[in-house]
Order: sequence, then C-alpha cells, then structure tokens
Amino acid sequence: MTLPLAGLSPNPVVDLEQMVEFPFMVNALWAGTIVAATAGAIGWFMVLRRQTFAGHTLSVIAFPGAAGATLAGLPLALGYFGACGLGALVLAAVSRPGGKPGGAGESAAIGTVQAFGLGLGYLFVVLYGGQLSSLEALLFGTFLGITTGQVQTLLWIALAVLLALAAIGRPLLFASVDGAVARAAGVPTRLLEFAFLLLLGLAVAATAEITGALLVFSLLVTPAASAQRLTARPGWGLALSVAIALLVTWVGLTIAFFSPYPVGFWVTSLSFGLYVLVRLGADTLGRATPRTALAAETT
Amino acid sequence: MFAHEFMRNAYLAGTFVALACGLVGYFVVLRGQVFAGDALSHVAFTGALAAAAAGVDIRLGLFVVTLGVAAGMGLLGRSARPDDVVIGSVFAWVLGLGALFLSIFTVSASGSNGTAAVRVLFGSILGLSPTDTRLAVALALLAAAGLLGLARPLLLSSLDPEVARGLGVPVRGLGIVFLVLLGLVAAEATQAVGALLLLGLLAAPGATARLLTDRPWRGLWLSAAVAVGSMWSGLALSYEVASLPASTAVVGVAACAFALAGAWDSVRGRRLRRSPSPAGPAPRPPLGSLGWPRP
Repeated sequence: MTLPLAGLSPNPVVDLEQMVEFPFMVNALWAGTIVAATAGAIGWFMVLRRQTFAGHTLSVIAFPGAAGATLAGLPLALGYFGACGLGALVLAAVSRPGGKPGGAGESAAIGTVQAFGLGLGYLFVVLYGGQLSSLEALLFGTFLGITTGQVQTLLWIALAVLLALAAIGRPLLFASVDGAVARAAGVPTRLLEFAFLLLLGLAVAATAEITGALLVFSLLVTPAASAQRLTARPGWGLALSVAIALLVTWVGLTIAFFSPYPVGFWVTSLSFGLYVLVRLGADTLGRATPRTALAAETT
Repeated sequence: MFAHEFMRNAYLAGTFVALACGLVGYFVVLRGQVFAGDALSHVAFTGALAAAAAGVDIRLGLFVVTLGVAAGMGLLGRSARPDDVVIGSVFAWVLGLGALFLSIFTVSASGSNGTAAVRVLFGSILGLSPTDTRLAVALALLAAAGLLGLARPLLLSSLDPEVARGLGVPVRGLGIVFLVLLGLVAAEATQAVGALLLLGLLAAPGATARLLTDRPWRGLWLSAAVAVGSMWSGLALSYEVASLPASTAVVGVAACAFALAGAWDSVRGRRLRRSPSPAGPAPRPPLGSLGWPRP
C-alpha cells in the first residue's frame, strides 16, 4: 500500500509526526496496541498449553465468519465473534477429557474442523460473487479504514478478555502446567479448558479484524514463544510476551506506512526475526531453556 | 456428467490425488503430525505465490518450496517430529511472506487481480488441462508407491519407535522421508483442493479410519477409500449444485464422514484410541499384525 505523502525525510521525528496526522493511522496504532496486548497475554497461555494448533484453527475460522457476515449483510464484527465463539465450542467438544492437548486424535479432529470451516468460507465467498480484493483483506488484513467505533469495540472486548483471563489466571496456570495434579486438587480443568478456548476465540476474532484471519497467529504464537524462551516465570513471561507483541506491532505498522508492502508481512517478519534471535541467543548462552523446565512437568 | 472433458480430468486427477492423500493422511494422523501437514499446506501457498510473483510456473515454486521446507522440518526437529511451537512460529512467518508475494504479484499483474491467489488457496480441480491431469496422476502414483513401499517399517516406527529402533529400523531417516512424501502430496493436493483445504483430505480420512478400526493395514486402506469416496461424491455434488465449489464439497463430505465415524464410535461407547501424543508412549498393537517377528 503506497500513500501519496509517504516518503522518508531526513528527520525521523518529522516522519512520525506526519504519520500520526492521518486519523486512520492513529486508529490503526490504537487498534494494534489493543490487539497486541490481548494476543500477547492469551498467546502466552496458548503456547504454555501446547494449543497452538487450536489457536491457528480458531484464527482461520474467523475467515468463514467474516465471509458469511459479508454474504448475509451483517456487520463484520458479528461474523468474526460469532464464528470464533462457535469454533471454540466445537473445539471444546472434540477435545476429550483427560486427553492431552495436541494428542493425535484431537489434532486430527481440529484439522478437520479447520478445513471444513475454510471450505465454508470459500463457499460464502463464491456465493457472494467475486469481490476478490475483499477476500484478500479478510485473509491478510488491512490496517486502513479502521474506524473510531471499531477501536472502541475492540477496547471493550479486550478489557473483558483480559479481566476474565486475570480472574482464571491462577487455576489456569496450574491446570496448564500439571493437569493431572490440578484435577486431583479439585481444579475444574475441563471447565477451565473450555473457558480458555472461548477467551482465545474472542481474542482471535478481535485480532483477525486487523491482521486478517491468516496472520493472527503470528501475534499469538511468536511473541509468546520468544518470551517463554527468555524466562520461566509466569509474571515476567506474560509481561514480556505482551511487550514483544506491542513492539512488533508498532514497528510493523510504522514500516508498513512508509513501504509498499503489507503490514502482515512486516509484523510476522519482525516477530519471527526476534524469535530466531532469542533462540540463537539462548542456545549460544547454553542455558537450559525455561520452556523445557515447564514442559518436563507436563509430560 | 462425464461428457465434459473437465469433469473426466477432475475425476482422473482427483482419484489419484485423493488416494495419495488418504494413504499419507493415515500416517499423518497416526504420527500426530496433523499440525505439520497444516504448516506444509501453508508453505505450499507461499511457494506458489512466490513463483507467481517471480513470473515462473506456479508448480515449480509449489514443489521446490514445499519439498524443501518438509525436508528442513524433518532435519531440524528432534527425531524428525518437529515441535508445535517451532512449526507455529515458522509458518506464521511463511504466511507473512505469502502476503508479501501476494501484494507484489497483484501490483505487478493488475487486471488478473488475485485470481491466482484464489486458485492456490482454494484449488482449481475443475480447471485442469490434460497435461496437468497426467502430471497430477503421475506424481500421486509416485507418492502412493513410495509410501506403500515404506509402509511396513513406517507403521512400526510410528506406533512404537522404541521397538522399531531395537529392530534396526532407521526411525529418524524414515521420519524425514515421510515428511518429504507429505510435502510432495501437499504440493500435489494444493492444485486439486487448494492450500487451505487440503488439510481436510489429509486429516479427515485418516481420523475416520482410526475411529473405525484398530488394525493398521485395514485402517490404511480404509483411509484411502474414504479419501477417494469423498473426492468422488464431492465432485458429483459440486456438479449437481452449481454454486457449490468443488473443494468445499470434497472437504465437506470428508468432514461428514469423520463426524459420522465419531458418532458411531461414541455410540459404541469407545473412547478415541489411547492416542499417542507426540512425545508420549504409543499404544502397542500386536507385533504379529505388522508382520514383524517378536523381539
């Protein structure tokens, strides 16, 4: 995406000032901030619980939701949230009690749900009759044309998700690290799993509006994976995950503003680059990776 | 229906692609590598778009990139079963690259705006030329033959890597070869049902077979049969219902087969198999049923 006024001047401060003069860019930055904070926090739990595949499936299910809403003439947000909520219910239903997240049977079921959802999405797009550019926006996102109203909706949803996450955070952490012991201690792990999937669905739906269905995943998984490489402490890890997500979103949006290439590419590349650096750094330092310390208890 | 040449081509290519998908898919489910299959399907998308952006034949990018990433995933992962989080991080980035190539491609080829991307994402089985069809059949046969040739040691090393290693089966090497075969099938099936939907042809038939039978060989053939059946009925459905795209119909039928198998399974009151988690212990089928001597 190229803008008429976009072009770098020798003074970066002037450039940034120029950037925030555009109302759509201010909205995009706000939306990006809200989305990154939510995705960073939820993603940390997702990576800890080894539910990356479920997270990815929920994020692509946003696509049929959006396509279906477009077809039915409903507001897009309704489609996103409806589909992701429904997807969370279906995923909770196919995951077996006592089964490990990521087990073979469960992942096959998740994969089937995902492919079916995408098939439906394609059907909706075909029924809608073309409009391929909007298909691209649904899948890969756009940061243009985010309205102030959308930012407000996002803010309320993000607050609700984060508050709910804070409320169930402690038992969820317990259940995620050691499900069997948590169950024995009377923690309702099944209920928690369901609640978590629902929160994940909500967060994904909020994120998908900005980054597109296919790229949500980069904000969910990569910052959290980097954070878990860096520290094993839950508090620090969560904060770090959110901080990395915020950083890559801000920098990604800024670069995308001045470059002809899509924002999704910049955000994913930045977060992946950071992840590679963290991994290389951790490996050269030869530290026992914190992730394995946590995983050792779960397996 | 068979009076149309495109339908004959679709059935011919579809049958063999589905056969390969069903065979490979059974092992994908058995080995708990559905997520890897998912990642490879997205890699296929990026590869095809990279080729489109560079102006070369889409198939070239599709096969080179998918096979390369499959081999890389096998080589990097411990015991050739790469970690979920690693796969996730890598393919989130690969998708981002896909978005980049898409934007380069749409800018450079304005007019044909996005149709190539849609073909890659959602397949174009009804638009195959006779040459495409022959190529698809040949590659699918190659993949199926390779897989069947490896099936015996692969079954053993999927179900019980410890015992397989004890018997001198090269478990790690097999894992890498399997991922490369998976990459081949993924690239192949991308042409038929599209990068986003091929997961349905990989996971659903294999999972259906796993629900219906415990016996590995019977499961393998059942999975292939479910995949081919879904392809046939999906194609017929999309022919009858004009607005229904072929890939949606195929994946829809496969998902229904899985749902029915799941319902039948829970009616029988059995749990889904004590499924092996990627790291956990695998169930031990009687070794005799695999044709191996008891250690």
